[in-house]
Amino acid sequence: MKNLSKNKAVINGSASVLSILIGFGFSFLVLLISNAPYSFVGLTTLLLGGFNGGMQGIGNVLYTAGPIILTGLAVGFAFKTGLFNIGATGQFIIGAFTAVYVGVRWTFLPVEIHWVVALLAAFIAGGLWALIPGILKAYRNVNEVISSIIMNYIGLYLVNYMIKITIFDPTKNQALMPTRAYLPVYGLDKIFTNSSINVGFFIAVLMAIIAYIILEKTTFGYELKACGFNRFAAEYAGINSKRNIWLSMVISGCFAGLAGGVMYLAGSARYFEIIDLLLQYPEGFTGISVALLGLSNPIGIIFAGIFIGYIKIGGFYLQWYPIMPEIVDLMVAVIIYLSALSFFFRAKIVYVLRKFEAKK
Amino acid sequence: MDYVIEMLNITKIFPGIVANDKINFQVKKGEIHALLGENGAGKSTLMSVLFGLYHAEEGTIKVEGKEVKIHNPNIAKDLGIGMVHQHFKLVHNFTVLENVVLGVEPIKNGQLYLKDARAKVLEISKKYNLYIEPDAIIQDITVGMQQRVEILKMLYRENNILIFDEPTAVLTPQEIVELMKIMRNLASEGKSIIFITHKLNEIKAVANRVTILRKGRSIATVDVKSTSVEELSEMMVGRKVIFNIEKQAQNLGKPILEVKDLVVKSNRHHKNAINHVGFKVHRGEILCVAGIEGNGQTDLVYALTGLTKVESGTITYKGKDITHQKVRTRSIDGISHIPEDRHKHGLVLDYTLAENLILQTYFKEEFQSHGFLKFDNITNHADALIKQFDIRSGEGAESSTRSMSGGNQQKTIIAREIDKDPDLLIAVQPTRGLDVGAIEYIHNQLIKQRDNGKAVLLISLELNEVMNISDRIIVIYEGEIVGEVDPKTVTEQELGLYMAGSKRENVS
Ligand SMILES: Nc1ncnc2c1ncn2[C@@H]1O[C@H](COP(=O)(O)OP(=O)(O)OP(=O)(O)O)[C@@H](O)[C@H]1O
Ligand SMILES: [Mg+2]
Repeated sequence: MKNLSKNKAVINGSASVLSILIGFGFSFLVLLISNAPYSFVGLTTLLLGGFNGGMQGIGNVLYTAGPIILTGLAVGFAFKTGLFNIGATGQFIIGAFTAVYVGVRWTFLPVEIHWVVALLAAFIAGGLWALIPGILKAYRNVNEVISSIIMNYIGLYLVNYMIKITIFDPTKNQALMPTRAYLPVYGLDKIFTNSSINVGFFIAVLMAIIAYIILEKTTFGYELKACGFNRFAAEYAGINSKRNIWLSMVISGCFAGLAGGVMYLAGSARYFEIIDLLLQYPEGFTGISVALLGLSNPIGIIFAGIFIGYIKIGGFYLQWYPIMPEIVDLMVAVIIYLSALSFFFRAKIVYVLRKFEAKK
Repeated sequence: MDYVIEMLNITKIFPGIVANDKINFQVKKGEIHALLGENGAGKSTLMSVLFGLYHAEEGTIKVEGKEVKIHNPNIAKDLGIGMVHQHFKLVHNFTVLENVVLGVEPIKNGQLYLKDARAKVLEISKKYNLYIEPDAIIQDITVGMQQRVEILKMLYRENNILIFDEPTAVLTPQEIVELMKIMRNLASEGKSIIFITHKLNEIKAVANRVTILRKGRSIATVDVKSTSVEELSEMMVGRKVIFNIEKQAQNLGKPILEVKDLVVKSNRHHKNAINHVGFKVHRGEILCVAGIEGNGQTDLVYALTGLTKVESGTITYKGKDITHQKVRTRSIDGISHIPEDRHKHGLVLDYTLAENLILQTYFKEEFQSHGFLKFDNITNHADALIKQFDIRSGEGAESSTRSMSGGNQQKTIIAREIDKDPDLLIAVQPTRGLDVGAIEYIHNQLIKQRDNGKAVLLISLELNEVMNISDRIIVIYEGEIVGEVDPKTVTEQELGLYMAGSKRENVS
């Protein structure tokens, strides 16, 4: 038990848990103010999250977590290499559209691999969308935050336009459904009966493991992080920092694009509509919280993503009670955003532990 | 006794190391009190405790006889304590004036009001001969001026206990003389000064008393006048240090590096930073480029190592034209570079010690296969260098580089660059911030390179170093080589004349 202050897993874990607890505290307060009679049952429902609905609930948590883990990875991977990819939203939208387009139009593909190709297309499209701010940052030193926010809007309207001219179904006023390329379920629905689960979650976990290996075990990751921490030292060491900057953006974009694909190649997902607001694609922005909650560590991001999925499903079950949907959204948002505080608590916990150990 | 500062029984523990072990340290009013100790002895830590940046596990601090608890730097400032840190803490894109008032900004009608502040700053600046340009941006000014800004910050806040953590490590000899004058002035006004330095002659020149730390303990506090330099260094290191290095006769080989008509554009002014410079470095020689800081040394080194573009001229290394080659190619071909700024170029502070030790070689067979890092080899490699170069830190190979003491960070870079077994070692201020024992070791390493038929290009502001270890000296002034001299025959005065630009000869 000595040297707790050096045990990273303990520190990071407890920091995340602490910030989550504070989030719950706050959302309880919100409920207390807005809807006192239901505040207690509301809180327990939220705390119970995905467990409210038994196996169905758990299945839905994993299903919801898939795209969230992927956008979290997108943001977290970029963070680790010193970049702030706020453009995950745009890359998500582009990836989603590409997946749906391939799913709807490329019917010449054999059914078995149709979804694979569609996902791959989403992966590549997201990466390409991130390449633009990546190149601008690397070769022109344009701040990636600004350029990727612009890319978010361009992406949104471009996709609206593309839907209209390629895969629009005027009778339903929405995009055609990529039914032929839906992600396989592989009998998971037998375990998680009545849930929307598919392989998306497992693809996300696989990606997180790959990201972890790249960052922590390879020379490529060593270079990427060196550029992120200190670009001058990287250049001094002969590392091609320009190449690494855009590569890192592209990898990040690939994850975000894949998230879009996983999200929209599911039978029960939202229909692809003409949407005017970026915020109607919240996954990209949630990615920022997930990355922060998971402290940018890919493995941490898996857990953070599951947690956010859990809370969202909890919010879903809150609809059982006469609580305004806006309040539910508010509570979920409060928890998600406060969870980002884990960064702050980490330093505090190390400090307290050290003091404690020094006393002994 | 009227001590202004008393630190009694101070203990500060970091993971894996007791940085301060029951240290006693007392400063009298109006004295200059030096703090001496090897790299990692705990000097900066002790001062950070006094300044409220670290919290001691044990011990008491008294200011003017009253016990105080200094939880944070604001309390320290209220007690009149100011500090110039080993690595400056200035806001790089602010002006000098903005930096000086930062934290105590004068506000009028809800807006920043700098007029009176400017007057006050200029007055202090004049009074103490601290020349600054109030409207210059920090990142554009020399290190020397940045330091004057740090000093002004303390004086502006009317602090009367002033901590200087290795202020002279980054200064030119002329600036050091100036700084010592300023310190004497301040002390004569009744301010108390704590002065950390590794240079014993500086302690001899200005300090009244000196406290010696070794491995976290306070060994002694002695009067400077009655203690010799040799005694000081012995107390500090625990053994005798040889100040004059023995060099074997030179065995000069073929030229390894040839620079011809080199021109490098400056990004600060419209003139050339390096203006038609030519010289040769031979195997088996230590060639020193001497000069006052800011005369193009930095640009010359960047051009030689590939960090900056060459406008015209050629660089030939081992018979090959490398003028436009990449940094990596040059490094693999056997050029090592100990950079001037250890935090900017030399280290990735967020990496561990072991990771920093492979910064130039991580891609080699020894450390990776198929793109996967070999962690066992990386750790073993680090352990070997830590032992060989006596790099001290709390957690060995796994220490975060950021937490290491300044001198040990420097040793990390030197170890890495020498371990590459370079044919040409470009060393810029290699011993900056090192203690006398470490300097002795590093100098011997440089000489070993030369004796093994390798070449060393040394860029140093330290006249002692230049005179003692180089075989040949070329002097750079305003981007041009203005003279070549033999260290065995040249006098410091003559060298000074060349460096100041008042004497020049044609060198080919
Ligand atoms: N924040 C920190 N975390 C962990 N260890 C630390 C930290 N700061 C200092 N140390 C360790 O404490 C020891 C003393 O460091 P300190 O910086 O006080 O040395 P110093 O005497 O100033 O040396 P130098 O002459 O090299 O500047 C070193 O071994 C260093 O690794
Ligand atoms: Mg120090």
